[in-house]
Amino acid sequence: MKKKKEKTPRQAMPEQAAEVRRRNFDEVPLGFPEELAMLEASRCLSCKKPACVEGCPVSVDIPAFINKVKEGDFTGAILKIWEKNSFPAVCGRVCPQENQCEGNCIVGKKDKPVAIGSLERFVADWARNQNDIPMPPIEKKTGKKVAVVGSGPGGLTVAGDLIRKGHEVTVFEAFHKPGGVLVYGIPEFRLPKAIVAHECNFMEKMGVKFETNVVVGQTITVDELLNDEGYDAVYIGVGAGLPRFLNIPGENLMGVYSANEYLTRSNLMKAYRFPEYDTPLVTGEHVCVFGGGNVAMDALRTSMRMGSDDVKCIYRRSRDELPARGEEIHHAEQEGIEFFFLHSPLRFIGDENGWVKAVELQEMQLGEPDDSGRRRPEPIPGSVKTVDCDLAIIAVGAGANPLVTSTTDGLDTNKWGYIVANEETGKTKKGQVWAGGDIVTGAATVILAAGAGRGAADSIHEYLTWGW
Amino acid sequence: MYQILSKTELAQGTVVANEIHAPKIAAKAKPGQFIILRVNETGERIPLTMANTNEERGTITIIYQVVGKTTALLASMSAMDHLADVVGPLGRPTPIEKKGTIICVGGGTGVAVLHPITKGFKEAGNHVIAIIGARNKDLLIMEKEMKAASNELYVCTDDGSYGHHGFVTDVLKEQLEKHGAAVKEAVCIGPVPMMKFCSKVTKDFGIPTMVSLNAIMVDGTGMCGCCRVQVGDETKFACVDGPEFDAHKVDFDGLSARLTAYQKQEKEAMDAYQKKCSCSTEA
Repeated sequence: MKKKKEKTPRQAMPEQAAEVRRRNFDEVPLGFPEELAMLEASRCLSCKKPACVEGCPVSVDIPAFINKVKEGDFTGAILKIWEKNSFPAVCGRVCPQENQCEGNCIVGKKDKPVAIGSLERFVADWARNQNDIPMPPIEKKTGKKVAVVGSGPGGLTVAGDLIRKGHEVTVFEAFHKPGGVLVYGIPEFRLPKAIVAHECNFMEKMGVKFETNVVVGQTITVDELLNDEGYDAVYIGVGAGLPRFLNIPGENLMGVYSANEYLTRSNLMKAYRFPEYDTPLVTGEHVCVFGGGNVAMDALRTSMRMGSDDVKCIYRRSRDELPARGEEIHHAEQEGIEFFFLHSPLRFIGDENGWVKAVELQEMQLGEPDDSGRRRPEPIPGSVKTVDCDLAIIAVGAGANPLVTSTTDGLDTNKWGYIVANEETGKTKKGQVWAGGDIVTGAATVILAAGAGRGAADSIHEYLTWGW
Repeated sequence: MYQILSKTELAQGTVVANEIHAPKIAAKAKPGQFIILRVNETGERIPLTMANTNEERGTITIIYQVVGKTTALLASMSAMDHLADVVGPLGRPTPIEKKGTIICVGGGTGVAVLHPITKGFKEAGNHVIAIIGARNKDLLIMEKEMKAASNELYVCTDDGSYGHHGFVTDVLKEQLEKHGAAVKEAVCIGPVPMMKFCSKVTKDFGIPTMVSLNAIMVDGTGMCGCCRVQVGDETKFACVDGPEFDAHKVDFDGLSARLTAYQKQEKEAMDAYQKKCSCSTEA
């Protein structure tokens, strides 16, 4: 029996062909059909001490849900996942599983690991299309009120956890749609917006209230939520929210975008469907995206879909240091993105009307490792070249937006402006205020924000139940 | 959600005032701050500075000129219709304190933005000289309100159809020559070229000057960096660092250029909208 299991190879999810998908915004992987999901589930060894669960920031009982899939009990599988994760359709798509659950999978020691992410996605997608799945149980009302600031993955986790524990939860969102980075940041072809909307509707069905168009720090402050609006606890999960630029000449030329702006226009505002949607977006013939993380990959692949044939990723280190997920890099390459490793921008060159037309690049080489442990890129003297560039997107990370921190009394921030909070509980120096996700750690991933939300939700629940 | 309570045409259907129900914003807003609105589900987000707020009624007033599809769509809505989204108040309020003599200069729909600021300076005990202008008499707005909000009011039209024949800069220069160092601050709000030339005039007289910038924005919370402007040696975000800045440091030419970034798409959208409107009228 055991031998037979080992022989089943890891099942690959069918996906749209690269030459087709590079020109549309439809999702790239198409999902497992039922038989394939059950076959893949049969590869799981149901380990007694599951290392995969240890790798999951929200501790989903992975062997248990996979077992249900194996048996064809998909309802059982989704209920199992929901115990720990409120939005598996999202996590199944955007989590870096290779470094988490799948990275720890015992099967992966000798063979390819069980496709946990794909199975999670399969179960969530299956459940979305059913009408008769029982809702997760909700405990008796406690009469306590919690305000969640920001409706991204962290805020949604806190909201989902606390509503089930019987607390009243209101989520405040600055944009006109809930979902945070899941809506404005991650493109449709990686995470269809209908799925995020479905997950938020699911929260609403459980009783979570969403208030969009509220900028906490401007429309209302954290102190007002606590003192005037009668909230017993506030969770701040607003994300990093401040675009980092390159600080080189020519950066304010037209055609130069922050990745935040480019992706928000295209994802939240649906600029890729202009003129059906009113928000415009510049399309370039020669696109350069600066940076090598997941956001850079999203910007690269979006600009390719907007109709460009010449799309370059400009990265100052080498391929080995690229911070993006392997799958994203692989998809980008398949779609025809060109990688310019070991190049660093020096300045943008504009035309007579103020539009960017070229960028000057310095060739780099790798020196000794720096503080981050990665080999430091150093300029190669005399190696400067100019490449055409009529659309530049800067994706070199984000900083801490001060809108909430500067308007809240007694909230400690570190020298970069991030909120100081306990790593496990999310507790800040200010009573009744918790924080987590990118506004505490700096830019990270969806699931790490969800994990921080989980810890904070437990701590908030404890406080609401027992006091300090 | 965000109901339009009234609609007033201030100039031949090209300048429109809307009073909108938005109690949270009305309770918080201060002179100089703005909102971002979205007319409908497929609409874009546009920033508009508030001309007035009424906390009791829970309303804000916006005044805008019809320049593209979104403002045309907005102007086509009637009282009792609803806007999809209104968010605010955004940006920093105007720092208003008692200083002495203040000159407030407004051009076009900039007068609407200038009005609460003018009123604020007068209420704070300043002697306020207001100068307002428009291309012609029909486009001149809020003369009565500005008269009430200031101690002295001067009116100009580019074509001489009303008041002083010429630009606001002419009157600004006269007033600065007359009052000299008694003028502690100037506030200039209007089209970018007007602000640029006002700024040149006040710089010659060494008068601290503030301008309110109407950069293109998306979120309005400092998240996207679309509205960046060069102010002195620094790149600032108009949405969170502004919208008001030291006029003598602002790179107006850079701002003008960035405001044209979507000219082509704006024209395409407007043409399609007008075609659709005329078709539906014919049908």
